[in-house]
Amino acid sequence: MNTAFHSKSLHLKNRVLVASGTFGYGNEVARFTDLSKIGGIVTKSVSWKPRIGNAPMRIAETPSGMLNSIGLANVGIEEFTAEKLPYLRNVDSQIIVNIAASTIDEYIQILERLEDEEGIAAYEINVSCPNVKEGGLNFGTRCEMTGEITRELRKRTDRFLIIKLTPNVTHIADFAKTCQDEGADSVSLINTLVGMAVNIKTRRPVLSTITGGFSGPAIKPVALAKVYEAAKAVKIPIIGIGGIMSWKDAIEFLLVGASAIQVGTANFLDPDAAAKIAEGMAAYCEEEGIEDIQELVGALKVHETQSAPGFVPVKA
Amino acid sequence: MTVNQWYSVRSNRKVAEETYALRFSAPELAETIKPGQFLNVRVTKEHDPLLRRPYSISNIYGDECEIVYAVEGRGTNILSRMDETSEIGVIGPLGNPFGMEKDYGTAVIMAGGIGVAPFPILTTALKEMGKNTVTLVGARNGTRLFTDGLADPIVATDDGSAGYHGNVLDCFKAQVDLSSLDNPRIFACGPTPMLHAIQQYALETGIQCELSLETEMACGMGICQGCPIESKSAPRKYSLVCTDGPCFEADDIVFHQHTHA
Repeated sequence: MNTAFHSKSLHLKNRVLVASGTFGYGNEVARFTDLSKIGGIVTKSVSWKPRIGNAPMRIAETPSGMLNSIGLANVGIEEFTAEKLPYLRNVDSQIIVNIAASTIDEYIQILERLEDEEGIAAYEINVSCPNVKEGGLNFGTRCEMTGEITRELRKRTDRFLIIKLTPNVTHIADFAKTCQDEGADSVSLINTLVGMAVNIKTRRPVLSTITGGFSGPAIKPVALAKVYEAAKAVKIPIIGIGGIMSWKDAIEFLLVGASAIQVGTANFLDPDAAAKIAEGMAAYCEEEGIEDIQELVGALKVHETQSAPGFVPVKA
Repeated sequence: MTVNQWYSVRSNRKVAEETYALRFSAPELAETIKPGQFLNVRVTKEHDPLLRRPYSISNIYGDECEIVYAVEGRGTNILSRMDETSEIGVIGPLGNPFGMEKDYGTAVIMAGGIGVAPFPILTTALKEMGKNTVTLVGARNGTRLFTDGLADPIVATDDGSAGYHGNVLDCFKAQVDLSSLDNPRIFACGPTPMLHAIQQYALETGIQCELSLETEMACGMGICQGCPIESKSAPRKYSLVCTDGPCFEADDIVFHQHTHA
């Protein structure tokens, strides 16, 4: 029985990755789980300079979910390459470096710096960052900006290039298609939804930044629909993300068209969650007599008379 | 060793108004956990409420660990209804212990509200070290006072229904002769405004002081970055309460009025 993932230069032992920002740089979690059971580790976003992150409060619990407003707090590229990457290189899993930036030049600068470093299997580009040159508008909410980032980075690397898409757009399929057309090897989705929590006693927003990123099992139905929509539009592999807590959730994402998945918020509840999900998926395949887990990708049974309302076909 | 597993509840008794003490058997934890460290606890196997909640270890009874909590929100409501058929999911020990080994003579314990939680186990440890202790415990009123496991506590209540009428710090100033204490070190835990006041007092008087902070927290392991506290020793403005704390030297922490929830 085969659970591996192979696409171009990326080879994962199974279909489970851990999502950026939910697993630190791996070392923090190593005492709680066997990192070698995870297909890939997506690092916390790395920016050119260190970022202190947002003021408290940074998190709020919501029904079956949570909001976060961390503000991409990270050690910056120099400390990342000097102190975090050496540890990650020795981990028996694939390392995917997530890149965050506030200008296209900064994305390029970080990627080019990382090209000198060994032991990186792929890049995941966080386009859900404010573009300082466009007045803080997120790169990822404008198709042409997402396309431009993809194009500029594609020119500069032969490594596996994943663009992480935000769900806070009208037609995510257009963004996935644009990334494919500009040479991305994969898209991962969804990043967090924009959300908000209010304290009626103080009449203040709970988060210091007023709104934050909404994640957790509450968003899984949204994520499934977005992955399904994107999968209809592109041929490149999709990495499904959003509220995956169990192997059953992961199988759902494969059925709607994801080739691999990322475990995010679940890591906060159980740092061993991703390893357990990978085991659960393998056990499911054994039980069902599935020889290659790839058989499940996009295997959702939809009757020819069924169609999802509001899905606009993406132009070829 | 660090555990990440579910434990059966052994007992869960009401110890004061809206205040409970819950015990579970975990020899591996009981052996290793130190005063000031905490456990990050799941109160349900379902996904609502979603996140773990951090609780200080309150005491150890043989193989059993005890947490003391006040019923304040959804998590503690669920905890308060637990009995011997219930299970809690525990990750721990997490965080850094109190600086019991520092150079000081008398330990001054200042607890406000449910901030009393980490002090029974600290009291036991200090006793074993042969330290003198002065303990002050404050609560909203007399029915909410919890003093089990503390050594000769001086009590204070906001409404004057028991002990000193006022807060813990004022009670300390009024009832304890500071000059009689041999090189004191304060160990404080309680609401943020109280810790802020104690911090200012310690800085003014030059007394050693350590604060055990509580904040919203998700992972408890340093991966979510959700529990920042402004700190002078942090290379990038913020320390994390979970992995850099929860116990901090008072002069390291920067409080802001607007962060007082």
